[in-house]
Amino acid sequence: MAETVDVPGDSGTGSPRPLFAGLSDISISQDIPVEGEITIPMRSQIREFDSSTLNESVQNTIVRDLKAVGKKFMHVLYPRKSNTLLRDWDLWGPLILCVTLALMLQRGSVDSEKDGGPQFAEVFVIVWFGAITITLNSKLLGGNISFFQSLCVLGYCILPLTVAMLVCRLVLFAEPGPINFTVRLFVVIIMFVWSIVASTAFLADSQPPNRKALAVYPVFLFYFVISWMILTFTPQ
Amino acid sequence: MATVDDLQFEEFGDATTSLVATPDATTIRIEDPDETPKHPPAPPRSSRREEDDELLGNDDSDKTELLAGQKKSSPFWTFEYYQTFFDVDTYQVFDRIKGSLLPIPGKNFVRLYIRSNPDLYGPFWICATLVFAIAISGNLSNFLIHLGEKTYHYVPEFRKVSIAATIIYSYAWLVPLALWGFLMWRNSKVMNIVSYSFLEIVCVYGYSLFIYIPTAILWIIPQKAVRWILVTVALGISGSVLAMTFWPAVREDNRRIALATIVTIVLLHMLLSVGCLVLPLQMHEEC
Repeated sequence: MAETVDVPGDSGTGSPRPLFAGLSDISISQDIPVEGEITIPMRSQIREFDSSTLNESVQNTIVRDLKAVGKKFMHVLYPRKSNTLLRDWDLWGPLILCVTLALMLQRGSVDSEKDGGPQFAEVFVIVWFGAITITLNSKLLGGNISFFQSLCVLGYCILPLTVAMLVCRLVLFAEPGPINFTVRLFVVIIMFVWSIVASTAFLADSQPPNRKALAVYPVFLFYFVISWMILTFTPQ
Repeated sequence: MATVDDLQFEEFGDATTSLVATPDATTIRIEDPDETPKHPPAPPRSSRREEDDELLGNDDSDKTELLAGQKKSSPFWTFEYYQTFFDVDTYQVFDRIKGSLLPIPGKNFVRLYIRSNPDLYGPFWICATLVFAIAISGNLSNFLIHLGEKTYHYVPEFRKVSIAATIIYSYAWLVPLALWGFLMWRNSKVMNIVSYSFLEIVCVYGYSLFIYIPTAILWIIPQKAVRWILVTVALGISGSVLAMTFWPAVREDNRRIALATIVTIVLLHMLLSVGCLVLPLQMHEEC
């Protein structure tokens, strides 16, 4: 502003003095801090972090990994738009879920060969090769998600179906009948829809907009086959 | 010394505006390769020549040839090479599926829908869906037949899935390979106007299998008459799609060889439907 300022203590003169005229009179007091910190606070923290993961106890490492897996489980159960699953991907969760599912789907080996139910290896192969095929398909269609991120998302979204398997096994302890079957059907359908919604929430954004349906359909087929295996499971 | 004005970049602007300003200016218009220019209506010719022109594309055949060559320029060991086979949008896949369900005589599936952009998405996922549809419907029909029996022990048959997958995928790849080899051999003997690339043949076969998916699902209905009608309808539709696609490719040839080729194609298709649908699902009932 180009106004003139009345400098206090200048009552002697009648005319106002121009701005900045008295600057030469001002001295910088030692109390005003003009220096600041220029060190980067992150660097020391990172160095500290690196050395500490090598030296920390095994329990700390395992608990930290388990917490990460648990956090992602929560993200799957309540799917929101968040990047946690994509940013810090890990394959522990999918491995735990796949092994659990395969173990529960397996029948006792006491039965004869004509059972024809899925063996452990078959479930394992279906889950992992299905996930790999879907990931390749999504990348070939032009999606910008990385290979392991996609595997991570697909593996974690099997969680609702694993819960459905648990429920089905419990329900099967009751007497068999149409009510039994209806309950199991209902549970499996709900969990199937939940899986698809959860995985689509994470995967659909990475596809170009006119190919979203093409990328989501294989996911639908994958979870449908797994749901079918769960629904048709009968104990001996 | 160059003045500042000389060094400034000259904006050439849109072709149309500069043409308005100076009608003699040379302009270049780069078209989107997906848009094909509408060629002027052809003068009336005999229907056979028209069909050939449709197949070739009289004006844009050169352009599509060049562009098709430009698309697949990456070497085959890079990922981008395989991405060119998945360069389809959702609506294109739906259009191709619709085309395989409604064979119109005179309209060639390859020319109309594929247009030198064959994709591997359709064939692969249609075959995968078909494998699981057959397995699941076989299971379901078996289950429904033995519904009231207390002594029946339900087993999901997983071996069938692997066998069905092997049969269907080898059909979808080996038969096109054999057909392509045969057509190439005949091409060297007789100059055919129309020739298809291997991927286009795979595409046609893959999309023609789509009709079997609802057939397999409807197979759950336990009535024999319904099942035979379903198989006949499916075979009719997909067989006619294949026959109409390959008839222009063998038409120029010796009459007997052309007929034999078409009959072989349809026979193989019939073998597939009998082998995959009828036999396993009939055998379930006898067990």
